[in-house]
Amino acid sequence: MSEPHPSPSAETTPVAETTSVSASTEAPRLVARLRDLFSGGAARSLGLVVALLILVAVGATTAGTRFASVDNLMVILGLAAVVGVAAIGQTFVITSGGIDLSVGSIIGLASVWATTLATQQMAEQYGWWVMVMCGIAVGFGCGLINGILVAYGNVVPFIATLAMMVAARGVAELIAQKRTQIVTVDSFTDVFRGDLLGVPKIAWLMLLIAAVGWFLLARTTFGRRTIAVGGNAEAARLAGIKVKRHVMALYALSGTTAGIAGVMMLARTTAGSSTNGLQYEMDAIAAVVVGGTLLIGGRGSIVGTVLGVLIFTTLTNVFIQNNLDSSVQAVAKGAIIVAAVLLQQRMQRRGVTSAGG
Amino acid sequence: MANGDQGRDERPFLQMRGIVKVFPGARALDGVDLDVVAGEVHCLLGQNGAGKSTLIRVLSGAHQPTEGDVVIDGSPVTIGDPVHALKLGVATMYQELDVVDGLTVAENVYLGHELAGFGVLRRSTARRETARLLERLGHSEISPDTEVGSLPAAGRQIVAMARALSHQARVIVMDEPTAVLDAEEVENLFRVVAEVTAQGIAIIYISHRLEEIRRIGDRITVLKNGATVARNLPVAETPTHELIRLMTGRDLGIVFPERPGVPADAPVLLEAEGLGLEGVFSEVDLTVRSGEIVGLAGLVGSGRSEILETIYGARRSSAGTVRVDGETVRRGSTSAAVAAGMGLAPEERKSQGLILDEPIYRNVTLPSFPRFAHAGVVSETSERAAATRETTAVRLDPPGVTRPVRTLSGGNQQKVMLARWLVQGCRVLLLDEPTRGVDVGARAEIYTLIRRLADAGTAVVVVSSEIPEVLGLADRVLVIADGTVLRSAAAHELTEHDVLDTIMKGSPA
Repeated sequence: MSEPHPSPSAETTPVAETTSVSASTEAPRLVARLRDLFSGGAARSLGLVVALLILVAVGATTAGTRFASVDNLMVILGLAAVVGVAAIGQTFVITSGGIDLSVGSIIGLASVWATTLATQQMAEQYGWWVMVMCGIAVGFGCGLINGILVAYGNVVPFIATLAMMVAARGVAELIAQKRTQIVTVDSFTDVFRGDLLGVPKIAWLMLLIAAVGWFLLARTTFGRRTIAVGGNAEAARLAGIKVKRHVMALYALSGTTAGIAGVMMLARTTAGSSTNGLQYEMDAIAAVVVGGTLLIGGRGSIVGTVLGVLIFTTLTNVFIQNNLDSSVQAVAKGAIIVAAVLLQQRMQRRGVTSAGG
Repeated sequence: MANGDQGRDERPFLQMRGIVKVFPGARALDGVDLDVVAGEVHCLLGQNGAGKSTLIRVLSGAHQPTEGDVVIDGSPVTIGDPVHALKLGVATMYQELDVVDGLTVAENVYLGHELAGFGVLRRSTARRETARLLERLGHSEISPDTEVGSLPAAGRQIVAMARALSHQARVIVMDEPTAVLDAEEVENLFRVVAEVTAQGIAIIYISHRLEEIRRIGDRITVLKNGATVARNLPVAETPTHELIRLMTGRDLGIVFPERPGVPADAPVLLEAEGLGLEGVFSEVDLTVRSGEIVGLAGLVGSGRSEILETIYGARRSSAGTVRVDGETVRRGSTSAAVAAGMGLAPEERKSQGLILDEPIYRNVTLPSFPRFAHAGVVSETSERAAATRETTAVRLDPPGVTRPVRTLSGGNQQKVMLARWLVQGCRVLLLDEPTRGVDVGARAEIYTLIRRLADAGTAVVVVSSEIPEVLGLADRVLVIADGTVLRSAAAHELTEHDVLDTIMKGSPA
């Protein structure tokens, strides 16, 4: 666009310019540096760790050894693993300024598709990886459709993925005929169930995927493009970045992690069902936001997302171990989300004022 | 100060005296006088940056003047806000009309002062009154129930005027009303203007098109550098060259870098042939040699920015080809343009150029960061080193590349954009309004940088609404109006006067 501000704005521009200059030079260096430190990513993650430790302390004092036992902590990790993997893909999408509402349904569809009679027969014949690849392929396919709709069809992410959320759940129901499909392939359960070094294998898997995700977002060109698109899509486009293609890839990535989460769900529950992963998209989005990723895009934190997932899973566990109503739990979750976002906004605003703009 | 106050002995309805508006760091208005009498079309002339926009905003209550008096209907007033302005009888029609597409004509006319009894809208009364106002404007064919979004630009203007009349406006300010209209619609608008002025309402008419002013204007006030340089010139008796003389000669207070001259055998780096964009511009031919700066001079809405963006592929051309170094560049693709060696510093730096919350070095390497990566892993160390090198070259002040770009001044932000394309090593640099929002001190620096880039062999295209800037900086200048190249000449052969003359006479309205 040549004239995005057709109203006579040219003559007012100097105002903004001069104020920003004076404010930034007047601010004392030390204060600015401290502020940088405390509004930085490390400080945010530290805050989340503190919140998690407080939750653990609360759990230990209220529920005693029912909560503070190795077994229970491993249960928490296992539960966190499925949402965690989906939330990592979601982090990329949200960092780019989008949203993926379909991950819960994709988890359900992937778990169903990977446990159909046909898939399991092939898995008996060729090996457990057939089920894994099936789940991943389903997730990738759904994500790719989301991506094409958003990037090339110019459909708003909310709507495109909402449609996929409804449709994928429907397909899962059609395939499963509302029955639960038990995993009968022994090699699959052997590989994914149980512990490794005392920790559930799927929790290891989440950690591995989180590590890859962190590296991808923080250190690679792919991650840099994601942040650039979320920070200012038009600037990225005018700098020669293929924004549409990248956005498509991001949704495909989120679908893929959801597919992996669906397979992990099978390992935990040993059953494919069209109700698997119900409302997981909400848990994933909540964890991403609490973890410090900006919903408007431009900044994302995989470490924060993992901590966010752990906080929510631990909270659920503390409530269960204390035999508290799940409704109370929902209220507490809601309160945490609001508190985290309010805190984020305050930090954000402080960051902006210190910048003078 | 010229004064041609003959023929009209009425006391002015609106009088502005010595209006000054100071923004932090800028004196936007520096002594504006304006007299408007009932029933006249009073034209406001002046170049971009002369202060017309600020003056309108003062008049509409959007800005409060720092000094000066406004007298309406004989009594001194302070226009507190836009609602107050309407109460005083001053209505403003901005270029981007503030009508709401989703509402009907009647709802738009009474927007903000709805006819209601006990909180219930009196819709039939509003419809009837709207129909009456439309009839007064000679446009009874527009139904009050039509959704405004479905009306053409001309119809929306009529709605905006009806709204002004519904406020019992005595003065209507029209900012470039014909910019979006075709010839027939312009005729129609002039008829409406005649109707309205016959009813004793005054129009303050802003346009760059001299022939329009000649047709409907009564008197002219000329602004330059935020001050009135001539007022109440009778349209019929003031020759064009006199008007242009009054408008020109703005002093930028800047010495431009010397032009070393482009050797005739310098290779052509950028070529556009028969380039067109449906409905915006057509048949644009352009060649830029290595080491040459070509300026595109034109007013807002002339198509100059669109030409630049189309060359760059940010808009998909509907005709013609662009070649860099002899190779045709795929149209409508910015990544193809960057790969071919082009770089763009867009007009709106903040919204189109920079990621404000990201550090300087990441903004510098936005197009080039893959170059600092091995197997997809970015080496921030070498990235920072490159950014530091080039930001030093453009004299970013203070130095350092880790601060968020948001904290920088306009001049420094533009330097970041230049450093970006230095790191990328582009051979064709397209600059849209390179000194917008940049203070005077930094401007000279940026001109020097641009010239140095050219001296190093880059082909540069500069778009600017400041004619002296284009003339001072460029080697060759294309004068553009209404999407057509009217003239192409060496910069030293042109004067500001020539350019304005070409634009104002040559535009086929």
